[in-house]
Amino acid sequence: MKKSSTKFHLLSGRLFTHLLLLFLVVAWTAPTLGLLVSSFRDKDQLTLSGWWSSFSSSEQSQFGRIGGSDDQIEQNKKYIITGSFFKEGESGKILWFGSNMRKPNEFKAGKTIPLKKGATFTVNTDGTYRWESPTPYKKKRGRRFFFVSEVQPRFTFDNYIEVMTSQGIGQSFINTFTVTIPATIIPIMIAAFAAYAFAWMRFPGRNLLFVVVVGLLVVPLQMALIPILRLYTGIGSYFDLPPKSYLGIWLAHTGFGLPLAIYLLRNYMSSLPSSLIESAKIDGASHFTVFTRIIAPLSIPALASFTIFQFLWVWNDLLVALVFLGKQDDQIVLTSRLRELLGSHGANWEILTAGAFVSIAVPLIVFFSLQRFFVRGLLSGSVKE
Amino acid sequence: MIDQVINACLAVFLGIGFCFFYFAGTNWLLDRILADRRSVDGTSNTNARRRSAIRPWLFAGPSLLILSLYLVYPVYETLKLSLMDNGSVNFVGFSNYIWLVSDPEFVESVGNNLLWLIIVPAMSCVMGLLVATLADRVWWGNIAKSLIFMPMAISFVGASVIWKFVYDFGGPEGIQIGILNAMVSALGGEPKAWITIPFWNNIFLMIILVWIQTGFAMVIFSAALRGVPEDTLEAARMDGANEIQIFLRIMVPQIITTILVVWTTITIIVLKVFDIVLAMTNGQWDTEVLANMMFDWMFRGGGDFGRGSAIAVVIMFAVIPIMVWNIKRFKQEEGSR
Repeated sequence: MKKSSTKFHLLSGRLFTHLLLLFLVVAWTAPTLGLLVSSFRDKDQLTLSGWWSSFSSSEQSQFGRIGGSDDQIEQNKKYIITGSFFKEGESGKILWFGSNMRKPNEFKAGKTIPLKKGATFTVNTDGTYRWESPTPYKKKRGRRFFFVSEVQPRFTFDNYIEVMTSQGIGQSFINTFTVTIPATIIPIMIAAFAAYAFAWMRFPGRNLLFVVVVGLLVVPLQMALIPILRLYTGIGSYFDLPPKSYLGIWLAHTGFGLPLAIYLLRNYMSSLPSSLIESAKIDGASHFTVFTRIIAPLSIPALASFTIFQFLWVWNDLLVALVFLGKQDDQIVLTSRLRELLGSHGANWEILTAGAFVSIAVPLIVFFSLQRFFVRGLLSGSVKE
Repeated sequence: MIDQVINACLAVFLGIGFCFFYFAGTNWLLDRILADRRSVDGTSNTNARRRSAIRPWLFAGPSLLILSLYLVYPVYETLKLSLMDNGSVNFVGFSNYIWLVSDPEFVESVGNNLLWLIIVPAMSCVMGLLVATLADRVWWGNIAKSLIFMPMAISFVGASVIWKFVYDFGGPEGIQIGILNAMVSALGGEPKAWITIPFWNNIFLMIILVWIQTGFAMVIFSAALRGVPEDTLEAARMDGANEIQIFLRIMVPQIITTILVVWTTITIIVLKVFDIVLAMTNGQWDTEVLANMMFDWMFRGGGDFGRGSAIAVVIMFAVIPIMVWNIKRFKQEEGSR
């Protein structure tokens, strides 16, 4: 008896673990999923229902005007107006219709209903209608009818085409790449040499300088913004160059990324066995050859970790880009553009969701394909095994 | 557009080429100029000694130069500018700081930043710890961890769009396409424009950062928990401790240093929080924070570098205790190496 009750406890405890974790995972992924689903939805449907109901068809009350006096034809002494409530290329299914605004679901589609003066009217499920009357219709403007239609979920690439072309996300995508690639590669090379010096060479002040690097790891970016901006403006006006340039932001990102790069790489390199270096030295290799032939290839995991960090950091950065790059088309980066869109198209979710997804797609690909290195870098940066 | 791509490729090429030629070139030059040469008496090799004295500086030089220019000099310069007027021309003493203390926006920012500092690291650590422990007990733990980790790759602006959509308000009578308001109205509540309701809107902004940082905390905690020796857990189980007691009394104390490290790392991120506030509210409805206020003053009315610098200095001072702690910890680790 007792045994089975503990067993039950264990089982329900395990079930609780599964459910709680499942709940957390859903809570964590739902916001991103909502963005992704919405970015592919038809922009009219997007505003009418939540993304969670976007896969099921929905019912929608609408009205339509049938043709007017110009559209009617006389046939066997009857006046007839025909047409469709759906525009060409549009498809839908009409479930109910009616002539009263209050009761758009009075009659089932396909039924013929009597109107005044002996006229009849019918709407088919495919949207086509037929109005028949012994007397001609006089008004130029057609009569209104009301109907309930079933709206099929529509998914399209239109939102992406819209943001990539007319909203400038495409151009910004290239700008972001232009910023990111050099700003990722340049600091790695510079830092790797410095890390080697800190790990394996003797020079006065080595420990003190490295402690300074550790301190610089946490210096807030905000401290650097105004002085560097002033410096760039000064140099710009002296040499008659624009103060906001790609070169400027590459160097700025290099500077801001260096402390972490040196720190990570130095820690990794100094954990390599010293016998490697000593035996190479006995064979007459210089520090330069030891670095390029032995240490750099062995440090690839650490180099990869930092590359991912720096890539994600630069790609996702907004502050540095806002300060050191202009807002014109050939310089504005994705994050910056997205923020502008939030201001100017705050309610156009088809634009915002598609734009946001373009900007997060590349980091997500990098992240999922290189997660191993990313995690390893995080671990070596904050906890020591 | 094509031009730009070519230019960027050229920059990468030139940058790498330049670095390579610098490092290879200076090394080659050093070996050439100070080549091995026996001194007259044939005993000492002064050039070899000189070479090994110079070479470290060739290796570390570019890094040290860039660090000095982009991080060390700005610290000094910002301190100096914070004592000068808006155009950085006249020395004005501490008047920027005196203005700050009496500025209601600054007081509001400090209050909000304190709120962020308490809630975000605490929530991220708690959630991270929770997910790390749960995920280690189920077979699909790695998938769960991967998905909860994913927001780390998303930019703060991207995350802001994602969450603005979650918080979207379709009017009191309208259709709610924001999932939060849809849930609220499904439960019989009244939909609201959440990010415009003072005080609570701060919490809604913080949720975004917690959403991003939980993954970070989880990954670190997960690794640390795996390092907790199994026999300590076994011993506690033998003594009749339940899972929650084991977690709180045995596991958490053993990873307390790791928790502190994660806590301080998130604290630094929180102190600099900027993108989320700028994109979501731009400091409206009582959500201003220091970093956004600083950015604002950098450009407001042509830019007031004095006040902007003063706010940056305030952020810097808040970071200093963590910096000191980091350095201490680093020295301890080096000592035990």
